[in-house]
Amino acid sequence: MADVLELEAVHTDIGQHHILQGVSLRVRADAVTVLLGRNGAGKTTTMRTIMGVLRPSRGSVRFEGRPIHTLTPHAIARLGIGYVPEGQGIFATLTVEENLRVAMLAESAESRERLRRVLALFPDLERFRQARAGTLSGGQKQMLAIGRALVNPVRLLLIDEPSKGLAPIVVEHLIDALQAMKRQATVVLVEQNFAMASRLGDDCYVMDDGRTVHAGPMAALAADSALKRKYLGI
Amino acid sequence: MKRAAPLVIGAALLLLLPLVAIEPRAWLTLTVAGLAMGMLIFLVASGLTLIFGLMDVLNFAHGALFSWGAYAGFTVAMLVNGHWGWAASPSVVANAGLFLLAVAAAVVVAFGLGIALERVIVRPVYGQHLFQILITLGATIVLEELIRIAWGPNDQVMPVPLTFQGSWDVADVVVLRFPVIAIGLGALVYGGMLWLLNRTRVGLIVRAGVENNEMVQVMGHDIHRYFTGVFAVGSALAGVGGLMWGMFSQSIRPSMGGEQLIFAFIVVIIGGLGSVTGSLVGALLVGLSYNYVAYLVPKAAIGVTMGIMVLVLLVRPTGLYGVGK
Repeated sequence: MADVLELEAVHTDIGQHHILQGVSLRVRADAVTVLLGRNGAGKTTTMRTIMGVLRPSRGSVRFEGRPIHTLTPHAIARLGIGYVPEGQGIFATLTVEENLRVAMLAESAESRERLRRVLALFPDLERFRQARAGTLSGGQKQMLAIGRALVNPVRLLLIDEPSKGLAPIVVEHLIDALQAMKRQATVVLVEQNFAMASRLGDDCYVMDDGRTVHAGPMAALAADSALKRKYLGI
Repeated sequence: MKRAAPLVIGAALLLLLPLVAIEPRAWLTLTVAGLAMGMLIFLVASGLTLIFGLMDVLNFAHGALFSWGAYAGFTVAMLVNGHWGWAASPSVVANAGLFLLAVAAAVVVAFGLGIALERVIVRPVYGQHLFQILITLGATIVLEELIRIAWGPNDQVMPVPLTFQGSWDVADVVVLRFPVIAIGLGALVYGGMLWLLNRTRVGLIVRAGVENNEMVQVMGHDIHRYFTGVFAVGSALAGVGGLMWGMFSQSIRPSMGGEQLIFAFIVVIIGGLGSVTGSLVGALLVGLSYNYVAYLVPKAAIGVTMGIMVLVLLVRPTGLYGVGK
């Protein structure tokens, strides 16, 4: 299968700090690629660099063969890349419906049909459609954040730590929703919850100190206790 | 509704409390003047709050745009009045024509200057507050000096249409006409902004951007286009505010914008960054309290507005309607 996303020796600085120190990874089409690693390993910085929020100082990011590391975040999003950031990034003062409408690149019959599908996928969003997003529970906010990324025809979806701070029962529901979503787009998932990552992931990269230190099938990592202990401390 | 109840009670208290010390006729005159002053400050503060809230830009040049709007309107009003004598004409249509042409000139000039300022001097300093303060203060000096070069350093007498002058006699109380017109215009602008922000897609994206502009960008919206648009509209509102202030006080001078900017910043802080309704409430609070206190203890007038700001910050650090970022 062709690579949808390719990072080649990417270096990113935040202020005086050299965070990404040569990250290279490839994301296969229609697969879920998981980024694992301890806090501060550079996973979120990698996602923000892909989205153009942070500009790499060296290296390249290619989406479907096209270099995107010089583009602005909105131009990157318009290529068909959806982003669900860590902490959800929902607009707390807007209603659930308004949050979904802001995410639409254009309000057309097609996008309204996609909105209908999102509301069918996450019934709680339909129930609280007119409620302010700030009043939702943590799990509902996460559903909203993911739903927003799906109201456009995305070909690649970047999801950063969706299970963070959620109760186990909510995480189960989230896994079901992400399983359903796998059929719609290629997914890059940053996840600290190894059980969730291993259930959803096809491929995985382990990051440490701003570098990718391991790459391979998710199943192989799940079966390798020594590797898990070495890089993930589990 | 829950949010509005304390506001209505507070507003009623604020309006009626001065009656303890002020005779009713004077109170009514002061109230009309306070509401008018509040609406004029609102015109300046509403643009400032959106620029502040959406773009995180401290725009000290906003006051200079207020002055430029006043001078642009003044120039057109003088031309029209010189050619056709529309200001002194008893015809309401001629008076309204002069006023609308002056407003159009203020809007066009301030809007154009707003676009130029945003593109040339503000865009390179996004996210750098210290540089924003320095460069917009620099722009203020340049813009004010340009006014002195073009129109001279002295005060100019603003032509005010005849219909806007004088007063109405309402139940033996003198109600000045211009403040009532200013209140009407302010209410119209507020209504227009609420419609734009709450009923249009552009407004929806701007409201989202006020809360989290990075998220709006990664959703595929070119936030810089919205920044420029909001900056230009905010500048145009400052320009209209300048023209109205000029007609209210019947004179204009190059430094008039800077003098009003302090009120606008106080109002934005009281109302909460990015909130148009907050700006309106803050502006009316400042306008009314300033007029009541100026009547009772003239020297304490400015101090009271500062006191309100400090009180609001102590109780609600994000302002009355602010969104914590």
